[in-house]
Amino acid sequence: MNKVIEGMAYVLGNDVDTDQIIPAEHLVYSLSDPEERKNYGKFAMSGVPAEQAGLPEGKIPFTENGQSESKYTIIIGGRNFGCGSSREHAPACMEIAGVRAVVAESYARIFYRNSVDGGFFIPFECVTRMVEEIKTGDDLIIDLNASTLTNRSSNKTYELKSLGEVIEIIEAGNIFEYARKTGMIPSA
Amino acid sequence: MGMTITEKILAAHAGKESVRPGDNIWVDVDVLMTHDVCGPGTFAIFKKQFGENAKVWDRDKVVIIPDHFIFTKDTHANRNIDILRQFVKEQSLPHYFDVGTDRYKGVCHLALAQEGFNRPGDVLFGTDSHTSTSGAFGMFSTGIGNTDAAFILGTGKLWVKVPESMCFEFTGTFPEHVMAKDVILSVIGDIGVDGATYRAMEWRGDAVMSLSMEERMTLCNMAIEAGGKNGIIEADEVTTDYVKQRTDAPYKIYKSDDDAQYFFKKNYNASEMEPVVAKPHSPDNKAKVSDCTDVKLDRAYIGSCTGGKLTDFMAAARLLKGKKVKIDTFIVPATREVEQDLHKEKIGGETLVDIFKNAGAYLGDPSCAACLGGPQDTFGRAKDNQVVISTTNRNFPGRMGSKQSHVYLASPYTAAASALTGHITNPAEFIYN
Ligand code: SF4
Repeated sequence: MNKVIEGMAYVLGNDVDTDQIIPAEHLVYSLSDPEERKNYGKFAMSGVPAEQAGLPEGKIPFTENGQSESKYTIIIGGRNFGCGSSREHAPACMEIAGVRAVVAESYARIFYRNSVDGGFFIPFECVTRMVEEIKTGDDLIIDLNASTLTNRSSNKTYELKSLGEVIEIIEAGNIFEYARKTGMIPSA
Repeated sequence: MGMTITEKILAAHAGKESVRPGDNIWVDVDVLMTHDVCGPGTFAIFKKQFGENAKVWDRDKVVIIPDHFIFTKDTHANRNIDILRQFVKEQSLPHYFDVGTDRYKGVCHLALAQEGFNRPGDVLFGTDSHTSTSGAFGMFSTGIGNTDAAFILGTGKLWVKVPESMCFEFTGTFPEHVMAKDVILSVIGDIGVDGATYRAMEWRGDAVMSLSMEERMTLCNMAIEAGGKNGIIEADEVTTDYVKQRTDAPYKIYKSDDDAQYFFKKNYNASEMEPVVAKPHSPDNKAKVSDCTDVKLDRAYIGSCTGGKLTDFMAAARLLKGKKVKIDTFIVPATREVEQDLHKEKIGGETLVDIFKNAGAYLGDPSCAACLGGPQDTFGRAKDNQVVISTTNRNFPGRMGSKQSHVYLASPYTAAASALTGHITNPAEFIYN
């Protein structure tokens, strides 16, 4: 596993729900077709109300018009990130857009589980709220060994919570690899 | 030390004497449900991980209920139904309820109950967050994503972190104009949209046990709107009567021990409950209906797994009978069975269908419809900056369609009363006059 994750921040608020992350009308595309799945990147975060999109200023689109990849690869969120439906299209669309990590105060249960079990990106929990500390566009680096996040734009370092027991699944890659490692399912 | 009903069911399915909150365990799955939105992704992951020709772990335990994007011309949505059909054929799955056939049901959570897949003591996972609904039958049920569902398809197992339990006890009698929807909206308003994150919401008390299965389902349905992992109500005679009418399959009744440990306990006096709404844009944005009577509305929507059951339409019809709605009012039965009941059940000699038609409401086909917005041509989809009163479960920005719309969540009584006046209205005004 990579021991550091570097990227540009995209900052959102509290209760970012799965309808904001990927509005239901887009749930029709195939996730396995390499071309069609790009639509998910294109519409990732397209349901976030404009004022909330890319804090503190807002009105910053997550992906540029028509692009399936975002230049922002680390999402900063508040409480209850990913609440709402169980659609795995939510963490998937973020991964397709290039997201490598989310750092939020807390997560909704299914979204957190989907992120870990599907191996889409690493969902970190911060010790202190980051939403007002970091601006969209800031240059961040997450150190997995030290469990810290450094904002290179402001030269401040913050502690992250330990990933706890899910670290084994994250390190294995996803729930299937984890189950193979532990012998629960036969190795492919 | 005692265990809660949730802990007991999980322990039994993990082959353990006892479990404690926080334990990570692997449980054996009794039923896996998926639908048209998440089935195709689930099947693709299953094939990738277990092989193109892999077979599901137990054909009899897989239930596939298309319900989300059904009556649409959207080609991608319709292709997803074809993918379900293909998989069902490859795997010879018996429990598939195909669109456009007599077997079509409608909204999965009510269909699971009506087709006898909800059985006390079982563990049921579904690729839909409102799978918590089944907990009304004294079983453990929760929503999962495609990856976890694919894992179950291949292994019949899933890891679960045993949740702490929260106990919500209602004693006494609910007022006549208060429905289960008011109760759950009140509780979510009290604890917040993350107030039960990763916890079981257990409903207890004589007032809860006096409710019908459909009303109990409404309570468990919205556990997820408080972040809950599952909602659960111990099975009693009301439960077993319902179950026995629908299936011969065995079931097992679990009850919480008297000395079970709860993370949180709250007692409510049922008679003090009032009709409430959740204001835009969050299910915990609670307000008393009586404090919102100045809110003018553009439309009313009565439907979904939360508010589209026969009980919900009986309530709405009781108020709409012999009157005319003032705003566009959409009636969407959750399932075919509910739709058929609308033609059969009568109030004062008039069928519910006639009551709704004569009141000027529009009737849609059973499916999720505008509960989740859906493709542009979805029945009842919210437009522009409309203000909608709805018996559904979510009022996030854009959930029912337009990002500019405003959705107030309410009980079927409150939605019907408000449809008659054009502004948010306390159903008591119609019920007691
Ligand atoms: S009716 Fe609404 S909440 Fe229920 S399953 Fe369908 S989309 Fe989900």
